[in-house]
Amino acid sequence: MTLGLVLALAAGTYAMRLAGPLLRDRFRVSERGGRLLSTAALTLLGAFVAVSACYESGSFAGWPRLAGVLVGGVLAWRGAPFVVVVIAAAGVTAVLRALL
Amino acid sequence: MGLSNRTDRASDTARLLPAVASMALALAVIGASLGAIAVSSGVPLWLVTVMAALVFAGGSELLVVGLTTAGAAPVTALLGGWLLNARHLPYGLALGDVMGEGIGRKLFGSHLLVDEAVAFALAESEPARQRRAYWVAGVTLYCVWAPSVLLGGLLGRGLGDPQLFGLDAALPAGLLTLVLPSLRDRSVLRAVLLGCLLAVLTVPLFDQGLAVLIALLGTVAALPLPNDRRSRAGEGGTA
Repeated sequence: MTLGLVLALAAGTYAMRLAGPLLRDRFRVSERGGRLLSTAALTLLGAFVAVSACYESGSFAGWPRLAGVLVGGVLAWRGAPFVVVVIAAAGVTAVLRALL
Repeated sequence: MGLSNRTDRASDTARLLPAVASMALALAVIGASLGAIAVSSGVPLWLVTVMAALVFAGGSELLVVGLTTAGAAPVTALLGGWLLNARHLPYGLALGDVMGEGIGRKLFGSHLLVDEAVAFALAESEPARQRRAYWVAGVTLYCVWAPSVLLGGLLGRGLGDPQLFGLDAALPAGLLTLVLPSLRDRSVLRAVLLGCLLAVLTVPLFDQGLAVLIALLGTVAALPLPNDRRSRAGEGGTA
């Protein structure tokens, strides 16, 4: 790994991050358009969660992680505080990993 | 307009802190394991720390360390990292106004654009609160990330397993918690379910980063339905 690679990754990533806000300045986005963009971002986030719950570098991440995320999701749905959700998800995953 | 005086703003920030702090803690452990993995596979500590500060996108950093130390060509690692980070462009389109007015805020705020900050912002409904959530989460996580990578590299091998304590489940679960309230809106729910389904099914076919981008197609499920409610709702509901 070289500094050149790091700088190229950083520059490309920053360009993609900055492109959104700059483009957003050029157009007047309607309220409905804005809502659709938020929905698109939520869809990406959801997909990111689903993929990182299920996969580790392209192959199935194993049941313990998936179960931990699902237990966290159910707790969150039932209104548990954020901290409890995160600890429960990690705890379930760690315990299942130790047992399986 | 919402939070006008100083006390309101302070209490709004205080409200965010427990959640932001636990997210930051989970991120710190991931960062420490990245540092440890990098150092134990021969990447100089200064280089991985510089990368953490300049790139600030953990997934792509782990990918690049993993690929290059496994002997992949640098260009492969670079393309993989860019692809994985391409989701930041649509994030920025959605949050462009949340960062605030002025080019300075956009230049700096864009560097803080990570999944977690996006999730904290979108979990709020009012613009002033969205802005506060974005900046509090973004700045906190940024301040935690590079130092924890450095610390992990210094402490070394013992921290090399990101799956230690099940913390690999903590970040997705935290993000899920922030996304859930928005799913009460039926059209958002349809879009997210379809997007998740598309992403999970396409990972084995494509790259992980590409699969997440393909999920964007799920957004069409949020478009107002004509009379045939059945077809799309059914499609999304199977996830």
